Amino acid sequence: MHPTHEKATKVISYLEDVILQTVCRILIPFIQVYGLYVIAHGHHSPGGGFQGGVILGASFILLCVAYDINEAKRRMTEKVDTVFCSLGLIIYSGIGLICLVLGGSYLNYSRLGQVLPVNPVDARSIGILGIEIGVGITVMAVMISIFLDLASRGEHEEGLE
Amino acid sequence: MKLLALFAVCATGVLLIYGTVDMPDWGDPHSPASVHVSPRYIEKAMEETAVGNIVTSVLADYRGYDTLGETVVIFTAAMACILLMRRRRK
Amino acid sequence: MMIGFYAMIGKRNLVKKLVGMNIFQTAIILYFISTGAKRGATIPIVDHGQGGAMHAVNAAYYVNPLPHVLMLTAIVVMVSTFGVALALIIMVYRRYKTLEEDEILELRK
Repeated sequence: MHPTHEKATKVISYLEDVILQTVCRILIPFIQVYGLYVIAHGHHSPGGGFQGGVILGASFILLCVAYDINEAKRRMTEKVDTVFCSLGLIIYSGIGLICLVLGGSYLNYSRLGQVLPVNPVDARSIGILGIEIGVGITVMAVMISIFLDLASRGEHEEGLE
Repeated sequence: MKLLALFAVCATGVLLIYGTVDMPDWGDPHSPASVHVSPRYIEKAMEETAVGNIVTSVLADYRGYDTLGETVVIFTAAMACILLMRRRRK
Repeated sequence: MMIGFYAMIGKRNLVKKLVGMNIFQTAIILYFISTGAKRGATIPIVDHGQGGAMHAVNAAYYVNPLPHVLMLTAIVVMVSTFGVALALIIMVYRRYKTLEEDEILELRK
């Protein structure tokens, strides 16, 4: 289509920067652990499912920015990403359906105290933790999916610098 | 064209500021937003759900159905982006 | 709020309109949360010790948590709208090769 454009992109597909790549390689596991910390501490400090999911998605976007987008797509392919989108919603409605099957109304977590060895008040706390995990997984997968769709279609077919 | 836009924005701004004259004072603990159902949430959240963060317990337990709809909204946004962007290469 | 509104209707580039929409939504979220403030109150997190040592909770000491909950939903809607709008802008650019709204209206005739 555009021969000069193709020639320009054949020379260099992405910009390698040693400092950026080394720092990102060290930082990304810490960012992911922090994201899991924010999800798990939604009970005692500000945070919860949405916030932790966005932090986990941002760690993957940092990987895409520092390295080539094809190499980042090898870590999380688009099929696995779409499965994760649905998995979080399945966890959320699954917990609601379990509460329905056990005799209460939909999303009434105190009925979970009949299968788990806790009293009904603590069963609500466990139900809240379960659905926050589901929301966190879905939000992370959606952030990655929207970023991959917007960054790799259109003009750039090979690299993201 | 830009003058028309500027005039419309200023008119809307004046109308909005005129609308806030009637609202209760800032920081009033007896404003209608903080009186009806939110004291019940604040007082009963710890003993009914054993979760200290009131925002999480309201979002995930008292209003859990809205959060389910919320998650479906962001899932639908991802599906819309997938349908728009991914084409089969012929 | 009015800056975002002016950007949405006064600018010609599509991306600038989108940035204006984002500013508008953020301003509305901040305004809504400010209606739940109370004088001398703290964030709505009840401190609790290990094993459930509870004390009496006075509702006037904590900020109203309901606007915070509703605005979490509004933030997620903001992000979804932004993502889909960017995808639509990419499709418009592919079809018309320009992002100015008057040139797009010219090309449609």
